[in-house]
Amino acid sequence: MVISDFAVQSQPATSSPVRSKRVANDFSIQIATVNGSGSQSANSILLRSIFSMGVPVSGKNLFPSNIAGLPTWFTIRVSEQGWVARKNDIDVLIAMNSETVHEDVHNLKAGAAVIFDEALSLEERRTDIAYYGVPFDSLVAATGAEAKLRKLIKNMVYVGVAAQLLSIDIQSVENVVRKQFAKKVKAAELNLKAVQLGYEYAASTLTKADPYVVEAMDATQGKIIVDGNAAAAMGAMFAGVSVVSWYPITPSTSMVEQLIKYMKQYRVEKDGKASFAIVQAEDELAAIGMVLGAGWAGARSMTATSGPGISLMAEFAGLGYFAEIPGVIFDVQRTGPSTGLPTRTSQGDIAFIAGISHGDTKQILLLPGTVKECFEFAIQAFDLAEGLQTPIFVLSDLDLGMNNWMSEPFEYPEKPISRGKVLDAQQLEELGGFARYKDVDGDGIPYRTLPGTAHPAAAYFTRGSGKNESAKYTERPEDYENNMLRLVRKLETAKAMVPKPVLEGTGKEKIGIIAFGSSHWAVIESRDQIARESQIETDYLRVRAYPFTQDVDDFVASHERVYVVEQNRDGQLLSLLKVDLDPTQVVKLHSITHFNGLPLDARTVTNAFAAHEGAHK
Amino acid sequence: MSTTPVTSAPVKTNRIGLQILDYRGGKTTLCAGCGHNAIAERILEAFYEMGVQPERVMKMSGIGCSSKSPAYFMSRSFSFNSVHGRMPSVATGALLANKTMRSIGISGDGDTASIGMGQFVHLLRRNVPMIYIIEDNGVYGLTKGQFSATADIGSKLKTGVVNDMPPIDVCALAIQMGATFVGRSFSGDKKQLSAMLKAAIAHRGTVLLDVISPCVTFNDHEGSTKSYKYMQEHDELVSEIGFIAPFEDITVEYDHDTTVDVQLHDGSHLRLRKLHEDYDPTSKSGAVHMLMEAHEKGEILTGVFYVSAKEEDFTSTLNMVDEPLATLAADRVRPGREVLEQLMQEHR
Repeated sequence: MVISDFAVQSQPATSSPVRSKRVANDFSIQIATVNGSGSQSANSILLRSIFSMGVPVSGKNLFPSNIAGLPTWFTIRVSEQGWVARKNDIDVLIAMNSETVHEDVHNLKAGAAVIFDEALSLEERRTDIAYYGVPFDSLVAATGAEAKLRKLIKNMVYVGVAAQLLSIDIQSVENVVRKQFAKKVKAAELNLKAVQLGYEYAASTLTKADPYVVEAMDATQGKIIVDGNAAAAMGAMFAGVSVVSWYPITPSTSMVEQLIKYMKQYRVEKDGKASFAIVQAEDELAAIGMVLGAGWAGARSMTATSGPGISLMAEFAGLGYFAEIPGVIFDVQRTGPSTGLPTRTSQGDIAFIAGISHGDTKQILLLPGTVKECFEFAIQAFDLAEGLQTPIFVLSDLDLGMNNWMSEPFEYPEKPISRGKVLDAQQLEELGGFARYKDVDGDGIPYRTLPGTAHPAAAYFTRGSGKNESAKYTERPEDYENNMLRLVRKLETAKAMVPKPVLEGTGKEKIGIIAFGSSHWAVIESRDQIARESQIETDYLRVRAYPFTQDVDDFVASHERVYVVEQNRDGQLLSLLKVDLDPTQVVKLHSITHFNGLPLDARTVTNAFAAHEGAHK
Repeated sequence: MSTTPVTSAPVKTNRIGLQILDYRGGKTTLCAGCGHNAIAERILEAFYEMGVQPERVMKMSGIGCSSKSPAYFMSRSFSFNSVHGRMPSVATGALLANKTMRSIGISGDGDTASIGMGQFVHLLRRNVPMIYIIEDNGVYGLTKGQFSATADIGSKLKTGVVNDMPPIDVCALAIQMGATFVGRSFSGDKKQLSAMLKAAIAHRGTVLLDVISPCVTFNDHEGSTKSYKYMQEHDELVSEIGFIAPFEDITVEYDHDTTVDVQLHDGSHLRLRKLHEDYDPTSKSGAVHMLMEAHEKGEILTGVFYVSAKEEDFTSTLNMVDEPLATLAADRVRPGREVLEQLMQEHR
């Protein structure tokens, strides 16, 4: 595509009532399509084109549990301030779905714009929004695309129209298209042709009647755009994972699928042999069973799942805890069971996992809030699993895992891989043997050996709870108690090893906010809104692991009121805090929850906060 | 006049210089006379005679009387008593981590054919290289005598309760699902079980041995079809099993018309002399047909039903490096900086 092919972009004068002042780099675009129409790459191109102009963006896919036919919406938020949480209001709608177009248009606020397919009957027009009708079918026909490709090409036409109307640099679009179709030159040309036709149509026919424009900035230099699942998959590979067992479940599937891609590319040796094994298990019971079997035998092993799979893993999670076997379980959280909202986001597994399994269990949870942390915590999870000899759960969610996030590039792990307290044959010879569950170092972490260690004293018998320090079977009450108390000491040791919470704010305000995971992005924007609208400064502590560390107690103790923001109905993080905190501190906690399946937005937090604070004044 | 020098009797050792004592386990806590104890004895003898280093063996189990028994043989081997019905996945994971280890799983009829059915069939389907023994007594022992899914229809409990559900033939199932060495034996048949276990050690792939092992406390009475007496009366051998290890000389010729010779992965020879008219251990359909016919006649067939040394085992299918994944050096499992840089570039 040659740029000179395009008509010179003109800004025709207009007297439209909705045109007020220019709004540059602070709006959201929603593309309403039908699931299965192949809009994903077009949406990604639009997102990345804006990103490549140096303007902060985020992309969220709101999709149904369906392969084809049901409505789907992709939202791009453009924000010069770098806010990337979901924004409630849509400013520019690209309406491609006849099923939803009326409701989609109805939901727009005054001043919004809608680019729509002229084939959709939009008889009744609102007077407070700008309409841009586009004859998509005839433009698609003009590309000369063969029939089976037309559905896909149609999406590229709206990229062109939107680029023209929103002043997105067409050279950026071209670069992104060429990168996206780097290996398919013909496809690149066809797609560029469609973009061009859309762009030219808009330039020659449409009259700009809304205020939204993209202006080049320099705020994305060096940054990447990635989803949390890809980030975690990269982390797992750099952590040296070698056994992966999984059962497909939305929204975790893409983590393993991307991991498979990376491992095939980077972990196959010169002779064509793999330094890994990835097994699609028969169910989540088997997935976690293989993870623990492999962890027991000394491999770095993992699985990825979501809530329903976690439920099935509950029994093994307890065995892993009591038998002290390393393993990493990624839980990409979604809303509840079975059919319904399996493709919507939630933070609803945290309380369940904190104590998952029968008997007295306390699990270790890592809670990444950014894609960079998905990468870093994935690496750390394997070190912790082997260091502490226990399963480690890494909880992200659909929003973090499957949506597009800007990030600083990931840093190569400088810390060498540490395999924990493993004795080899020579050490056994020097020690004259070992006791598998003895607390030699006082940190609650015992020593272990790996199957195959060539020493007569290397073997031990692995079982659940009924054992003494030497791993011999016993049902003596004192042996059971001793072991259980050692596990408590191990958990105390863990507190010093897990990621510490992150404090934002002066630390001296009266009001605090606690949140975890993907809620972070709405919280930071909300704090800005609260400061501007209510003139209230807040401190914010983002917890990044369970068990909680002393920092959390200190934070609550040093604030008058603390709002606990989370994406579940019952305030699960708050309930865990209640258990841990001094009872005198518990009354300070107030819950702000969000649980409708959509990612949390700042306005929800701000409004709830303001309502509470009004009551306190 | 010289006196006869005092020499202690030479200690008997196997070909790697270990004594039978080196293969012993802990004291059994099962009932006196339990078939499982005899099986444990045969297992440790087989590993001793085959000269397998005990530290190279992983003993895996689920839950039940059977699953406790790995504690009663080979204490120098690494053992994992996991959760009920889930030993197959744990064993699979352990072998993925270290494919150079030998693995033997001990399960029961409840642990396998009821709660563990899902994982069991997938282990077979993958041809995971391990010996999987079902200590089969048709009854739940640790919970005091409920029928299991291998109990024969019409079999009677001590309480007089009659089983009204048909049994699952785990051998026929295993053949269909992809196990590459399938046989049935009886804990009371020392000769047959020993030969089968040694051949099992020589095989690379899933070996499924269904060993009828009477429960002396809950299922050894009149009216039970898994009692010592019933087995002694109804045991129908399909073949006479000869096993020649690779370190033994093959001196005996055999009759090609009546004997099938199968060379196993380690160079051993399994010689199966036909005792049953329909016997063909190289045919899956033939083996299943023979088992189905025996059910109709009320016979309990024992022996090696099916064996194939041609199929790839699961660790080979996955095309892993030769060394155990568990202990690969860091530079082989953590890609270099340039890889991360390339990935970052792709996301810019």
